[in-house]
Parts: sequence; structure tokens; C-alpha cells
Amino acid sequence: MKASDAIVKSLLNEGVDMVFGYPGAAVIDLYESLRKSKIHHVLVRQEQAAAHSASGYARVSGKVGVCIATSGPGATNLITGIATAYMDSIPLAVITGQVKSAMIGRDVFQEADITGATESFTKHSYLVKNANDLPIIIKEAFYIASTGRPGPVLIDIPSDIQAATLDKYIQPETVDIRGYKPTLKGHIGQIKRAVKAISESKRPLIVAGGGVLLTRAQNELISFINKSGIPVVHTLMGKGAIPTQNPYYVGMIGTHGFPQANRAMAKSDLLIFIGARIADRAWGGFGDKMLENVRVIHIDIDPAEIGKNLGSHIPVVGDAKHILSEMTSKIESLDTKDWVEELKTYKKTIQHADSEFVNPRYAVGLLSRKLDDDAILVADVGQNQLWAARNFEDKDGRCFLTSGGLGTMGYSLPAAVGAKFAAPGRQVAAVVGDGGFQMSQHELGTISANNLKIVILLFNNSRLGMVRELQDRNFGRITAVELDRNPDFIRLCDAYGIKGIRVTNNSALEAAFDLALKNKGPFLVECVVDCNESTL
Amino acid sequence: MNRHVLSVLVENQSGVLSRVSGLFSRRGYNIDSLSVGETEDPKVSRMTIVVKGDDYILEQIKKQLNKLIDVIKIVELNSEQSVFRELALIKVKTSMETRASIIEIVSIFRANIVDVANDTLTVEMTGDESKIEAFINLMDSYGIVEIVRTGLAAIERGNRQILNQKKYEED
Repeated sequence: MKASDAIVKSLLNEGVDMVFGYPGAAVIDLYESLRKSKIHHVLVRQEQAAAHSASGYARVSGKVGVCIATSGPGATNLITGIATAYMDSIPLAVITGQVKSAMIGRDVFQEADITGATESFTKHSYLVKNANDLPIIIKEAFYIASTGRPGPVLIDIPSDIQAATLDKYIQPETVDIRGYKPTLKGHIGQIKRAVKAISESKRPLIVAGGGVLLTRAQNELISFINKSGIPVVHTLMGKGAIPTQNPYYVGMIGTHGFPQANRAMAKSDLLIFIGARIADRAWGGFGDKMLENVRVIHIDIDPAEIGKNLGSHIPVVGDAKHILSEMTSKIESLDTKDWVEELKTYKKTIQHADSEFVNPRYAVGLLSRKLDDDAILVADVGQNQLWAARNFEDKDGRCFLTSGGLGTMGYSLPAAVGAKFAAPGRQVAAVVGDGGFQMSQHELGTISANNLKIVILLFNNSRLGMVRELQDRNFGRITAVELDRNPDFIRLCDAYGIKGIRVTNNSALEAAFDLALKNKGPFLVECVVDCNESTL
Repeated sequence: MNRHVLSVLVENQSGVLSRVSGLFSRRGYNIDSLSVGETEDPKVSRMTIVVKGDDYILEQIKKQLNKLIDVIKIVELNSEQSVFRELALIKVKTSMETRASIIEIVSIFRANIVDVANDTLTVEMTGDESKIEAFINLMDSYGIVEIVRTGLAAIERGNRQILNQKKYEED
């Protein structure tokens, strides 16, 4: 069997039916094999978008996202997308073409050492040296990407290997990697200790992170809360772990979180972190002093995250889903009534709605009310990310995607493409600023070519708003953040055959959203936002 | 900042050394020495890594190393229950007057002279680090031309084998 056919066969064996990519000379054999297969290839307009789309696809479908690029610049363009997926623990299989084996190391045309370049932000990588290894390598790559703490795995395949012939295609049945045995089931002794600490606590608080969503443990979390009566805060990546309307829901923590959630953290006597790595944006406001008065249970599938950013009294290594159901079966109902009542008295953030322009908080809130109960919202990075995170209501079945770890501008449009392909029947909206929009506006091409029904909510304040705010706060002056000569985004979308409407005040929003949601294809709602609008 | 000796079994594949050394530099851990070679199983290499760090750093190093797919096992070796050895090649300036006294010191240290030239001597010396340091200090007064050191290789005493030991785990 030809090696490129073997690659496709292996992908099919892993259940792949869709890949995002951009062809080139070093993947020409692979593309010919893909053409003959029933795998659907989505042509993006720049390789970084292929990785982001694969990430959006993976997050919504629960499968491993696959992206393909050619050698050299194709592969290096993927880098930001790979690093984005790595930071958010998203399972990707990244396939890159490489120059001919004999040419490697000679700096030939379109050669780049992509396994070397991505070493620090891939979970693992392979440079294929023998076509016969392809079936086992691909099997391993999918296994590594999707198990334990998920992440991107890169397979770099020289073009001569793709064109070679396998002696025999042997489909590996199982994977056995002696250096990779992720701990899934929590240590029973540790779980018992955790349950004991919880029953002894007066003001326990769950901090839900992205791990709850990655393991799809929302139902297990709800069962645990309902039985134990423990209130919940969440990190940015944990948004969606429980519905906003749940009586135990408190809010998002961190430097850009809600004051009531941060206050709950400070008042708690037992913090139960679940699938959260507590990086600077989540922990930033608290400081190490807080740990003197609180006990910490840290549940994470990655032992290296326990004790890295935060010391913990009771570490539990394992899968959030499994540990939550174990804890639910062991926990007794706690008397948290006073504590939950106290949390309700904490001052809530007031979301101002008055503005001469469109108020972005009001806009996200209104869109959230209009969207279905299973809608998917993809937020970009910058002020729009937090306007979206703080005002999009989480419901059982909804999905909020963003680049939380790396903070990659330009994530939302391509990730929304992947999300839409993963769930064609669900509403998908992308929230983006005028900066991030222009980092990925080439994907209007992909959106248009596939007539993807995505609502793009563009907040145009003619500024790189978050940086402007930071400069203003630190120096009282701003520099290099003005985008005053922005293109006419409505006409730009029109050139791609995408309809759109510009909204300049709050009162016109409702009609615009109705139009957007009724439209059969993609639709841009451009909101003109005050250039001095603040993040919080 | 204590010194720790880690013995690490890894897959004998290209790219492994780069992954391990890259991890140390990228996370800001300091390596004193790293030596690597094939083991009794040709598919497995064994690295001896000497690092400096407090308990937090050591814990992080072990955990991050363990995350590498190619890393099979990590064991920390303590000096009481292990044999630590390093090989050093030391080229010393000599003259008619000093040669005899250098040879005397070499024989006290049970080192070997592996090359003799008109105005240099090259000594091969095996031992733990303190022995090598002591020898180098003595040679300093004669004038050292060059030193090459392999870094520490370490193995546990007695019947203990790295593969039979409990794998490093959180609890």
C-alpha cells in the first residue's frame, strides 16, 4: 500500500471524517490520497486558521481535531495554533509535510525543523523515518493527544516517505507506550481524605476549571453540587461548567472575574480546585497570604500542575469525571445554607447599559438571550473576550470557547469555523474586536466558501482596547493602539458575499440580531463602541 | 539549593536528548551535568542528570520530566546508597623538574597517564566529584592546559535496579 493511502486509512481508523488544511508541495501525495477518500477537507486561507479550526472542532465534537500543512512556512504558520491548543489542553493531530528525508538538514527550499520548533508546546511529536511505522505512529499520536491531559501531537512526514510503499499495512490493535500511562482513576485514599476535609469545612467552594469541560464532567459536577450543597466559582476556561442560573453558581474568578466570586474565594475555608491550573489570571489578585487561612484540595489529571502554581493540602491526581462521581458517592449532604445565603449578599457587578454608542456588555447579554439553549459562543482575545465571558449566560448544552491560556488574537473566526463544522445544527456566534478580526479576516473566505451560518459580533472601537487601557493606566498616554483607518467592515464582508449591518446604538441591536439569526448564511453585526470603553 | 542526582531511563530515540535538555532550559532549571548512554536494553538509554534546586524545583523537574512521553522512569539517587563516578581527562604542563612530582601525585590518586609529550602530560582520572576536584586543585599549581569531564554516571549499590523500583508518583 502507498504510504499516503496508509495515512488516510489510519486516519479513518481513528474515526476522522474532517480535516482542516492547506496544501503544498511536501504534502502533494497525501492530498491525492485524501481526494480519493471520504474524509472531508476544509481549505482554510492561512495555516494558523487550520489549527484553530481543528481546535474549535475538537472542543465541540469531543474528537481529536486534525490539521494539515506543508513543510517550511506551512508548518511554521501552524505554530501559534499549536501553542494555543497546547495551553488550553485541546487534542489535535497535526500533520506536516517535510522535505525529502535525504535533504533534511541541508536548508533546502521550504525546509523548517518543525518538530524542533514546536518541542515546547506539543504533547509529543514524531518525525517519520520509515513508512512502515506510519500506522503505529498515527495510532499512538491519537492516543496521546486524546488521553490523560489532552494536547496537540505533531507528525512530520517527509515527502518521500508519503510516496513510499509499505511492505504491509498492519493495523495496530492497541497502544502500549511504557513511558506514558496517565492516571485516570483517583487514588481512593486521597479521595477519602478530600471527602473528609469537605465534611469538616464550613465554607467550602468549588473552583471549576477547563478540565471539567475537557472530560465532559458537567453532569457529574451538578450531581456532586446537588448532593453536597457546595457553591461553585469558575475560571475563564471553566466557563460553562455549570449553568449561570444554578442556585449554587457564584461567578468567574480572577483578575477579570466578578467581585462576588473573588470575595467568595477570600472567605472560603476550603477551596476545591477541579481541573484548573490556577495560572496568574485566575490567582493574580489573591497572593500567597490567602493560603494561610484556607485548606486546598487540588484535583487534576496532570500531576505536574499540582503544586506548580499553588500549594495544596490534598492533591488528587485523576480524571475530573471519575473523581467527581467517586466523591458524590461518598459525600454526605452538608449544611451550607448560611454560606450560600451569605454569598448571595455579596455585591454583584453592575453592568452599565447606558452609552452613546453600543454598550458591548449589553450587546453580549442581549445576544445571549436571543441565542438557543445549545448555542456556541466563540470569544476572541482582548476586551471582547471578557465582555463575552462576563455576559454570555451559560446553560446546560451551551458552549463557550476562547483562547484562555495563550491569549491568541484572531482565534475566534477560525475556531467558530471548526465549531460550526462539528455542530452544523447549532447556532454559532463569534465575538471579536476590530484588532482580532483583522488578524483572521482571511477566514471570511473559508466562511463564505462553505456558507457557514456564523453570526460575527464585531466590536469596533478603532482601538486595541485592552492595550490602550493598560497604557492609559500605567503611563497616562497611549501609543500604537489606534486603528482609526480601519476598513469599512460591512463592505469588506460584502466583497466576500457576506451580509452585514452596522449598529451605532443599543436600541438598534435587537433588530440587527433578529436579522442575523434569521439569515441563511454568515452575518456580520458590527457594533460601534466608544474608543474609551473599559474592560470591566 | 541542594544538589540532586537523577537517574532517568528514556527511549533510545533521536530527539530525546533535545527534549530533556530543552525542558531544563525552558523552565529555568540548572543542570550541573548530564551524561547519557545506551543500557543493557538497546532500546533504552540512561541519563544521569545532576541538578541544583530546592525541594519545589526538584519536584517540578521530576514531574515535568515524567510528562515527556519518551521518559520511562526517574529515580533520585542518594550518595550513601549509590556509586557516583566521573571520568576526567586533564592535560597538565610539565617540565623536566616537575614531571616526577606529577607522576607521584597521579599514582597516589590511582589515576593513569595516557599521554606524554615534551611539555605536557595527560591524565585519565576516575572518581567521584570530590576526588576529581582535589586532583584538579593539586594540578593547578603546575598549570592546567585543558580539562574534559564526562559528567557523573551513577548506579545504586546492592541488588537494587532502577526498573524494579516504585515509579515516581504524586502520592
